[in-house]
Parts: sequence; C-alpha cells; structure tokens
Amino acid sequence: MSFEQFLFYFFSVVLVGAAVAMITVRNPVHAALFLVLAFFTSAAHWIMLEAEFLGILLVLVYVGAVMVLFLFVVMMLDINVARVREGFVRLLPVGLVVAVGMMVVMAMVVGARVFQVESPGRADGDYSNTKAIGELLYTEYVYPFEIAAVILLVAIIAAITLTLRRRPDSLYMDPAEQIKVQRKDRVRLIKMEAEKK
Amino acid sequence: MIPLSHYLILGAILFALSVTGIFLNRKNLILLLMCIELMLLAVNMNFIAFSHYLGDLAGQIFVFFILTVAAAEAAIGLAILVLVFRNRQTINVQDLDEMKG
Repeated sequence: MSFEQFLFYFFSVVLVGAAVAMITVRNPVHAALFLVLAFFTSAAHWIMLEAEFLGILLVLVYVGAVMVLFLFVVMMLDINVARVREGFVRLLPVGLVVAVGMMVVMAMVVGARVFQVESPGRADGDYSNTKAIGELLYTEYVYPFEIAAVILLVAIIAAITLTLRRRPDSLYMDPAEQIKVQRKDRVRLIKMEAEKK
Repeated sequence: MIPLSHYLILGAILFALSVTGIFLNRKNLILLLMCIELMLLAVNMNFIAFSHYLGDLAGQIFVFFILTVAAAEAAIGLAILVLVFRNRQTINVQDLDEMKG
C-alpha cells in the first residue's frame, strides 16, 4: 500500500466516522463539531485531488464562517435534548434500510467498469490551482460569478430583514423627523395680562 | 494510485449517511440543516473527483458556486430558524403545525 493510498483510506475512515457520529450523537453542539471534523477531512481529500483552492476555501468559509454560525445558533436556542431523541430507536431501522438500499444502488452504478479510471497523474510542481481557477472565473465564468455576488447580497438582506425587530420601548429618533421640525410646531407666543402681586 | 470509483463510493456513503440523518433527526430543525450541509459536501466530493480525473476545471468552478449558494442557504435558513424559535419557543418540527399541513 503506497503512502497515497494510506492517506486516502485514513481520511475516508475519519470522514465516514465523523458523519456517523454527527447523525447519532445526542447533543447538537457535538453534532456541529463532528460536522466540522467531516469538513476538515474532506478538505484534505480535495487537496489530495489537486483542488487546493477549494480545500482551503472549505476550511475558511465553511468551518470558519458557516459552522461558527451554526454553533452560535445552537447555543443561542434552548433545545430540549430529551425531546429531540424521541422516536430515535423507532426510526433507526427505517433509516438503516433506506441508507443500505441507497448505498447498494449507488455502489452498483459507480462500481461499474466505466468508472474504474486510473488517476491522470500529478501536475507539475509550478502548476497553481488557484491561478487556473482565477483565470477561468474572471473570463469564461464572469457572469455566473457576478450572479453569485448578487445571491450573497440577497442572502445578507434577507437574513437581516428576517431577524430585525423594532422594539416599541427603544429610545429611537428619526433624524428626518428631527430636521423637518419648524419653529411654529414647537414655540407658541401667548399674550396675557401681567399677574397682580 | 486511487481509482475514480473509490472517491465516488465515498461520496455515495456520505450521501446515504446524510439521508439517514434526515430520517433519524427529523425532530430537530437545526440537525436537518446540518444533514443538508453534509449532503452538499458529498455532491461536491463527486464534482471534484470527476474534475480531477477528467482534467477539466469546470467541475471545480461548479463546486465554487455550490459553496456560495450553500452559504446563502445556511444564512437564510438559520435566520428563519431563529425567527421560528422566537415566535414559538420550539424548533421541534412536529410542533410547527400552525398551517395544518
């Protein structure tokens, strides 16, 4: 067994173990941490497949931002762990049957002779995956790239408007209303007789 | 050297596991979202393996866009989740029966 094969099987075992642990642990925080482990080992796989840019992107964006957001929300919400586990044992056989069935079908498809392709070999030492992706992304795929930027902007606006709430008791001032104020709205001159002592 | 089918079978295992996770954790909305993330990871694994063995970078570009859309989906999904919890004090899927679906 070559070192490359050893790395492949090692990362695969860790990845599948992390996925199994993620769907079976009781605590949602532990599930999120196992998902982080799965992302890390997948990033290692992708780097072995010479997709360095996406491997690093997975760690930076997914582990660094999305999973931290997940952990943040898990810790913010008060989840009743006992209720989460209701019906776990009852659903386990159904889940197993579905998983094994899907697994057999997909293995029959991808185990066929057409997919027994050998690796094309390693690229040269001065090959830069990031540079190649950048050249493609800013020339051939520049419109999809801009659409992706718009999708992210829509996501930002949607997330903010969904979670924003106006509190009626907050001491909030509208600058536009303040500027619009006229003298006659605030000051009233009254003529009256002088009071006698 | 590792043949392509090894990577494809790894992706298939991950996908089947995440479907099982959706079955097992159908009470908890946040775990359902995590299982969907795992599913997208399995798909991305297939894309990158095909891209490498075909020698075509288009697969990696596609993974790039999948990651973008998945990040947007996670952000909006979690915002909706927070909103549901704020209004109902629960994220149990079976308690969310207001629309009598």
